[in-house]
Amino acid sequence: MEEKILLKYIDVPDIEKIEVYQKHDGYKGLAKALKQHKPDQIIELVKASGLRGRGGAGFPAGLKWSFVPKDSGKPVFLCCNADEGEPGTFKDRLLMEKNPHQLIEGIVITAYAVNCHQAYIYIRGEFSQAMKVLEQAIEEAYEHNCLGKNILKQGFHLELSLHSGAGSYIAGEETGLLESLEGKRAEPRLKPPFPASVGLFKGPTVINNVETLSNVPHIIMRGPEWFKGFGTEKSTGTKLFCLSGHINKPGVYELPMGVPLKELINNYGGGIIGGRKLKAVIPGGSSTPVLTAEQVEEVAMDFESLQAAGSMLGSAGVIVMDETTCMVDALANLTRFYAHESCGQCTPCREGVSWMAKIARRIEEGKGLEGDLELLLDICDNISFKTLCPMGDAAIGPVVSFITKFRSEFEDHIRQGRCPIEKDKSIKVRG
Amino acid sequence: MAVKFSPQAVKEFEETLARYPHKEAALLPVLLLAQREFGVLSDELVQYVAGLMDLPPSRVKSVVTFYTLFNTREVGRYVIRVCHTLSCALNGTEEVIEHIKKRLHIDVGETTPDKKFTLLECECLGSCNTAPVTQINDRYYENMTLELVDQILDSLE
Ligand SMILES: Cc1cc2nc3c(=O)[nH]c(=O)nc-3n(C[C@H](O)[C@H](O)[C@H](O)COP(=O)(O)O)c2cc1C
Ligand code: SF4
Ligand code: FES
Repeated sequence: MEEKILLKYIDVPDIEKIEVYQKHDGYKGLAKALKQHKPDQIIELVKASGLRGRGGAGFPAGLKWSFVPKDSGKPVFLCCNADEGEPGTFKDRLLMEKNPHQLIEGIVITAYAVNCHQAYIYIRGEFSQAMKVLEQAIEEAYEHNCLGKNILKQGFHLELSLHSGAGSYIAGEETGLLESLEGKRAEPRLKPPFPASVGLFKGPTVINNVETLSNVPHIIMRGPEWFKGFGTEKSTGTKLFCLSGHINKPGVYELPMGVPLKELINNYGGGIIGGRKLKAVIPGGSSTPVLTAEQVEEVAMDFESLQAAGSMLGSAGVIVMDETTCMVDALANLTRFYAHESCGQCTPCREGVSWMAKIARRIEEGKGLEGDLELLLDICDNISFKTLCPMGDAAIGPVVSFITKFRSEFEDHIRQGRCPIEKDKSIKVRG
Repeated sequence: MAVKFSPQAVKEFEETLARYPHKEAALLPVLLLAQREFGVLSDELVQYVAGLMDLPPSRVKSVVTFYTLFNTREVGRYVIRVCHTLSCALNGTEEVIEHIKKRLHIDVGETTPDKKFTLLECECLGSCNTAPVTQINDRYYENMTLELVDQILDSLE
C-alpha cells in the first residue's frame, strides 16, 4: 500500500469528531505553526514543499500567499473554494464529509500565515451533507479553542464561517466566487487587480481549494522535505484522483503525483467495465483536452507530463470512456454543460458556447452539415483568449481535442447522417 | 397575506448577518432561508427580502434568477434533480429520467398535478463515482437503478 497523506485516517470511525481527530495527530500542525513559527516562516515552508493548487490551475500555494501585501491597512480574507463543480471531480466533497477538521486546521494555519482574521468556506449549495458535517466541526473547533479568540492560547484570532452557494458552476472561478460571496451574481471579475491585492470586500484575499488547504497541516508537521518525497520534482505530494465513467471501481484514489494513468485505471480502478476496450480518457475534469487510448498508455498524472501530452492535470477528474462511447455524443453533453453554465457577460462565451452545443448535438443526431467541423473550430478560435475569465477556454478544451483526435468519427456522423456507434448508455451493474 | 419570517427565521436571519462585514453579502444565505420558509421565491417574497436587506428588489431578483437552486416557479414538495452530465450519462442516467417520467406522467421541468413531485435535470453533482446520481430535495441518491427509483418514490410521503 502506498503511504497516504490526506486519506490516511479517512476510515477511522468518527474521525469527523474533534476528539478522535486530535488522537490522530489532529491540530498538532496548528500548535506547531503557532508556537514555533512566524507567519513568514509558514509561507517559506509551504513554498519549499512545492505544494501547488489542487483546484485546477496548479499555482504554487506559498507563492500565492506571499503576494498578500503586508501593509495595505485593510483586513485580509481567506476563502476556501469548496464549490467543486468541474464535471468528473468529487474529491473535495469526500475530504469535507469525512475529515472536516483536517481542512479547518489547514485553514487556520493558512490564515495565520497571511495575517487573516476572517475566513470563509464557500461550499456549493448541493453539498448539504458536507455542510452539516462542517457546521458541526466548526462548532467543535470553536469549543476546543482551535478557532475564535486567542487560538491555543497563542494570541492568534480567526473567525471561520460557512457560506453556501446556490447552484452555479462559475461561482467556482475565484473571482466569480468573490462576487457570489458578496451577495451578487457569480460574474467573474476582470484581472488584474488580482484577489491577492483587491479581493473580497476590496481587501487582500487568498483563495485556495479544499484539497490544497488540507495538505497544509501535514507539511507543517512533517516538513517540506518529507512532502517532496512524494510525487515528481515539480509536482510534489500526493493527489486525489477521481475515477469515473466506464470503470470497474470508480472512486477517489490518493496516489503520488506522477502515477502512470494506465496504472491508475487498471491497477486501482480495476480496468474497464465489462472487459471492453478503452477509447478515450479525459484526465483532469471536463475542461481538460481528451487523451486517446494510445496516449493513455504513456502519460503520467502530474502537471508537467499532462501538459507535455497536450492536456492538463486540472482537478484530476479522470473520466474513462470505453469503445461504446460516441465521442460526438460525449462532446454534445459537455458543450451543453458549458452553455448552461456560462455567466453571459462575454459574447464569445455566451453565444459561441451555445452554438457549439447546438452544432455538436445536431451532428450526433445525424443532421450535421458539411463544414460543421470547420465551423466548430472557427467558433473556438473566436472564443480562445477573447473572454473575461478562463471559462471560455475551458469550454473549447474538449471541442478542439475531440475533433482533432476523433475527427473520422465526427465525419462519419455527418457523411452517414446517423450515429454509427453502438452506444451503451445503460445502467451499469458493477461487481 | 403578506409574507413575514417566523420568529425562528428572524433569529437565523440575524445570526446570518453577523457573519459578514457587509449586510449585502448575506443575500444568498438569506434567500436560501426564505426559500426554506416559503418554498418559492415569489415576487412578493423577493420584495420582502429586498426590504430586509436594504436592496432594490430588482437587484435581489437578478441574483435569484442567476442560481439554479432558487425556485422562481412553484415546485412540488419533492424536487427531483437528475444529473445528466457526462459521467452520469455514460452510466445510464437517461434510463433513470425516462423511468421517472413514465412513473410520474410528467416531463422534465414539470410538476405532478398533486404538487408532490417536480422533475428536473441538473449538471454534475460532484458524485460521479456513484453515477447515476439523483438529488431529491437535500438528499443524494447514488448508484441509481430503476428498482431504486421505484423504491424511493414509493417511500416518499
Ligand atoms: C470555470 C472555472 C471553474 C472553477 N471551479 C473551481 C472549483 O469548483 N473549485 C476550485 O477549487 N477551483 C475552481 N476553479 C479554479 C479557481 O479559479 C482557483 O484557481 C482555485 O480555487 C485556486 O485554488 P488553488 O490554487 O488552491 O487551486 C475554477 C476555475 C474556472 C475557470
Ligand atoms: S468567459 Fe463565460 S463565464 Fe467567464 S466571464 Fe465570460 S461569459 Fe462569463
Ligand atoms: S456527472 Fe453526475 S455527478 Fe458528476
